Amino acid sequence: MSTALKEWPLWEIFVRSKQGLEHKHCGSLHAADAAQALDMARDVYTRRQEGVSIWVVESKAITASNPDEKGELFDPAADKIYRHPTFYDIPDEVGHM
Amino acid sequence: MYTQSFNVPDSPGGKPVPLAPSLEDPVLQAAFDARIDADGRIEPQDWMPEAYRKTLIRQISQHAHSEIVGMLPEGNWISRAPSLKRKAILIAKVQDEGGHGLYLYSAAETLGTSRDQMLEGLHSGRAKYSSIFNYPTLTWADVGVIGWLVDGAAIMNQIPLCRCSYGPYARAMVRVCKEESFHQRQGYEALLEMMTGTEEQKAMVQDAVNRWWWKCLAMFGPPDADSPNSAQGMRWGIKRVSNDELRQKFVDATVPQAKVLGVTLPDRDLKWNEERQHHDYGAIDWDEFWATVNGNGPCNKERLATRVKAHNEGQWVRDAALAHARKQQERKMKEAA
Amino acid sequence: MRAAIDYLLHLADNALVLGQRNAEWCGHGPILEEDIALSNVSLDLIGQARLLYQLVARLKGGNTSEDKLAYFRDAHQFRNYTLLELPHHGPLSGYAHSSMDYGTTIVRNFLYSALMALLWEALEKSADAELAAIAAKSLKEVRYHLRHSRDWLVRLGDGTDESHARAQAAVDHLFPYTAEFWADSPAEEAAIKAGVGVDLQTLKADWNAIVDAAFAEATLQRPTVAGYVPEGKLGRHSEHLGFLLAEMQSLARAHPNGNW
Repeated sequence: MSTALKEWPLWEIFVRSKQGLEHKHCGSLHAADAAQALDMARDVYTRRQEGVSIWVVESKAITASNPDEKGELFDPAADKIYRHPTFYDIPDEVGHM
Repeated sequence: MYTQSFNVPDSPGGKPVPLAPSLEDPVLQAAFDARIDADGRIEPQDWMPEAYRKTLIRQISQHAHSEIVGMLPEGNWISRAPSLKRKAILIAKVQDEGGHGLYLYSAAETLGTSRDQMLEGLHSGRAKYSSIFNYPTLTWADVGVIGWLVDGAAIMNQIPLCRCSYGPYARAMVRVCKEESFHQRQGYEALLEMMTGTEEQKAMVQDAVNRWWWKCLAMFGPPDADSPNSAQGMRWGIKRVSNDELRQKFVDATVPQAKVLGVTLPDRDLKWNEERQHHDYGAIDWDEFWATVNGNGPCNKERLATRVKAHNEGQWVRDAALAHARKQQERKMKEAA
Repeated sequence: MRAAIDYLLHLADNALVLGQRNAEWCGHGPILEEDIALSNVSLDLIGQARLLYQLVARLKGGNTSEDKLAYFRDAHQFRNYTLLELPHHGPLSGYAHSSMDYGTTIVRNFLYSALMALLWEALEKSADAELAAIAAKSLKEVRYHLRHSRDWLVRLGDGTDESHARAQAAVDHLFPYTAEFWADSPAEEAAIKAGVGVDLQTLKADWNAIVDAAFAEATLQRPTVAGYVPEGKLGRHSEHLGFLLAEMQSLARAHPNGNW
């Protein structure tokens, strides 16, 4: 009798729903390797024509930002309102710009 | 599919017990509470009270187990489906339940457990799953009635969960709900079709309704007065509507559907209450419900043993895939060296 | 037209019987991901069977329907390859029971998909436009079935000692049944003559190449085949088809006037 070799690794699945759109995270699954993860993603996450392209990434390869650092990472962007087009007043007669 | 009866503890012994108050960091706790109160979402890397994490793991894994065990009663009729169209629909539906189990196991894995650990809990009999699947599917009409009533009850539960406070669970539920939308309709339509058929077929439908109706009502879980866990679940935003409210909603929605279908719901006390603007219904047999929850229903042992068998007999297949992947990796490294 | 009908039934019965067999795994697969994958294969096959039966029903006219063809013919009227009706385990008599073996499932799906990937491609040029359209649709499906089963064949053959032994046992058990692919049958001959069907002899070298390459990668031995040639496509089956049909057809036959 064989003994268990350990659980299959976990993969994160990204699906592009149609040409021209970005790949979007849609879930995860277990697979022995990347090739199998791709096939399984096709069977699990595109049963209803949800995709035209799939990326798979082993979950442990993802590095995530620390939620405790949310303040220093993201809040400083809040006051840079001059980055947004609505910050600037342009005379109406100029039309669309 | 989902039922609120998940608010029962995994360990044998029956009725739920209230959770101990949190003894953790008061500052973190306050920030967590504030986010919950603001109807915000908790994500995997956020701080969360240990009791919240444990409750979620329990609830999501029980939900996942229910999807997987729930494949069996309907799967029982795939080989005998009476037309090729119905066979295809049923395979697609049972397959969806498997997919839902997979999404949910994945959501639970973000909380620091593994699918193997969760399966171990199921296979050892410690973890609970929805009791509704411990009843047998005796005729083809059961397949239709499960779609109509069991999935119908499930949808009542699942829609509020799309707004649950834990992000990965809420997102999994959005996906589940989207896919689930055909399940109830296909069941109801299959029954409508049978009701245009022979007398035997009509009798088959009525018989299935008679056998499943009370089980479906019990599916929503014990009355609110007997569900001490519910209050904590509501506070945490992982349960949005109470058992009794959902049950009432289900009864009110089902009565007119039964009329269109031409079947009788087997409850003499079922009648419209003008004052409450709801239907009154009879008393549910909670002793029978708890007996089944605690392992002594008609099919508990069969369902569990079937899952254990599939898992154990699949071990060599899973091992082979992993062994091959490792060999391939080694070959690549050798080539590179 | 008669020739076309028997040929179409052969193709349809192949798809239905294998779809029925693969669906037996639904809820019992070795891992959830694979359970879902095999159900997809079954759904494709049942879809193919339905299109083909519908085509036959149109040709026959009267009150024939896809379900009449699937549910109200007996074993001797089924024209599928014997290979496809066998249970998911090693050789056993019809009423003997055993657990399902995933190796058997994979090897069978591989041997059949390798053939159908070639046959559907050739049938895209069938003189029967409707069959050609079904072939075009089925070709995409079977290419994925081949990819799926071949991938697993290699994993099982190359995996552990146990998986290798199981895969080899399944190959030894099933391979002889492929002799039926290359045997003549009146239905095929007539269909070839009418330009509707394809002579499988023209696909044999390609099939051998697909099979040998996969076996080599999977480190599996191809057994030599001699003696008995199965005759399922002539309506003479193994002991197993009777049980498969008895189960599949029981409900429909118990209510012949039912609406489903």
